[in-house]
Amino acid sequence: MPNPGKPSFLTRVRWYFQGRTSTGERGMSFGSQILSQLFLLLMAAIVLYPILWVVSMSFDPRDISRPTELRLNPFQGGLTLKAYADIIKQPTANPVSLGQLMFNSFRLATLTGIASIIVGIFASYAFSRLRFAGRQTLMIAVLTVLMLPSIATLPALFVLLNKVQFDIGGQVFNLRNSLIGVGLAVLSGSLPFAIWNMKGYLDTIPKELEEAALIDGCTPNSAFFRVTLPLSTPVLAVTFFLGFMSTWTEYPTSWLFLTNPKDFTLMMALYNMVGQYSNTTPWSHFAAMSILIALPVTIVYLFVQRYFVGGLAIGGVKG
Amino acid sequence: MTALAQSPTAPKKVVHRRSIWRVLNPYFYLIPAFLVMGVITYYPMLYQVWMSFTDYGLKNLRFDAPLPNYVGFANYINILTNQLGLSYYDFWRMLGFNLFWTFSNVIIHVALGIFIAVILNRQGLWFKGFYRALYILPIVVPQIIVANIFRNMFDPDYGAINQGLAILGKFFFGLSPDLFHIHWIDQVNYPVSWLPLTLSYYALLIANVWLGWPFMTIVASGALQSIPKDLYEAARIDGASESQQFWRITLPLLRPAMVPASVYGIVMTFNLFNLIYFLSGGGPLRQTEILITTAYRLINEQRLYGVAAAFCVYIFIILLILTLITNSITRATESYDA
Repeated sequence: MPNPGKPSFLTRVRWYFQGRTSTGERGMSFGSQILSQLFLLLMAAIVLYPILWVVSMSFDPRDISRPTELRLNPFQGGLTLKAYADIIKQPTANPVSLGQLMFNSFRLATLTGIASIIVGIFASYAFSRLRFAGRQTLMIAVLTVLMLPSIATLPALFVLLNKVQFDIGGQVFNLRNSLIGVGLAVLSGSLPFAIWNMKGYLDTIPKELEEAALIDGCTPNSAFFRVTLPLSTPVLAVTFFLGFMSTWTEYPTSWLFLTNPKDFTLMMALYNMVGQYSNTTPWSHFAAMSILIALPVTIVYLFVQRYFVGGLAIGGVKG
Repeated sequence: MTALAQSPTAPKKVVHRRSIWRVLNPYFYLIPAFLVMGVITYYPMLYQVWMSFTDYGLKNLRFDAPLPNYVGFANYINILTNQLGLSYYDFWRMLGFNLFWTFSNVIIHVALGIFIAVILNRQGLWFKGFYRALYILPIVVPQIIVANIFRNMFDPDYGAINQGLAILGKFFFGLSPDLFHIHWIDQVNYPVSWLPLTLSYYALLIANVWLGWPFMTIVASGALQSIPKDLYEAARIDGASESQQFWRITLPLLRPAMVPASVYGIVMTFNLFNLIYFLSGGGPLRQTEILITTAYRLINEQRLYGVAAAFCVYIFIILLILTLITNSITRATESYDA
């Protein structure tokens, strides 16, 4: 006997296409359903257009330098991975391999991401939980930096980091012209964002959990390490990822600071493949390069976005 | 200080021996972050203010180079009176363009975002999950990559925009494909003669609308789902039409969520370096240059560090004013909570 409270599968399929809700209530009329579908399909086409274009270009088997006709289906006329193979060998005229570029961007992004959460979490905790003189002032100090785009502190960072220069075994090391210098400049902008982002999450962890730990004999500090810190793992991961993502595709600081090809980052290579310097670069190379840079972060972002997009704090302002 | 007054303080006579540590404890938590930020954020910011009063340039760059000369407010005055030696540089036009750019974008993002969210939240819509999954793409693809892709898409001969328009024009209106060699990025004259905006502004707008609306849709969707269904029920019983329900229920109840999202959008768009620098490069003739891209050019191309520092101080002041204004708008709508 079918359960009378639960409609059969076929009924539910019928209701679905009649535009009813799962309980069979009247939903949309057929006319507005069709209109909505047409509009939403148009938006879907607009969203997919650049993505399909760049994906098909990267697989284009015709081996031409510029796409002379529109091609949106990657499978049309066969696929080739030649562009990817060329890119992996040497993406630009600079003597640096894709592996080296990726390694540089990866190091930069990982280390600044980790540094920003390790240094930031303590301050986030203090702002979220502890009461002390000067709390408001210091919070405003953090927010002020947050408001400012990272490029707006570059003149001073460039000049100051450039002053740090010393000899190591006959080789001159200039902090500005190194990945460490870029990392410091990036951290200068990403740390306030990390502090603010993590504070927002700590605010949502119930205070009672810590108070219970205090009653059970924890000191305030060990309550932080044993209760709050483990509970904030999700926000540590998300903050790390957001920091990673923005540094992975960071352009202005690296371009300004770095002159040695073996320090170059992915975005610097991509910049050499578009615009004024790109006359000799086949667009299939550009497309393959864009996809190789975007794909890793896009996939991770797809999985984690549901946890924070939408609730994204004003903290995301930092570019 | 108010925070201190609010905190529950123990009766004064019971003085613990550890109380000095209890007072100092919060500051230990702050030490790592403020030590790091002091060195790499706050000190450079102060240093930059000093730099802005000097003629800091390439010659002062070496670590043993002489100190730059003090020039007073010369940098600040030269920036406002357009005496930087940059061709086609006009500070006030640029500021106006920057503000227009910001608000035109955010208004379209919010309107389109709400519109699509309302459609997606209608009862009984087909393929909801499919659209939701697809519309997330512009958020998750790195913005700077999108800017580069659009840069090539707007190419007059090989770009997908002109090629796509040619196909559509031929299919629907029988137009010759030769009509669609539009120079999106470098056409100098204004397509709408009474609007001082080049075609590259519209190209940037198209790219940024592509990037921006899904975020607003997500914010609006979240807010829509928290509106109680009974309100619509009651409105229907009272005889309110669909559009009345939208204007009187949906929109006012979306406001608490959309206002902070718009403020966020305004600050983001005002400083949208990546898209403008990569797509139009501020061109043609600096017509689409915004403050932050100009600041970067002053450092990266002109190597005028002192001038750039002063320019960044202006950016700071303008952003401060913009944030204060938008914050006061936010606060004004806070009481609207239904």
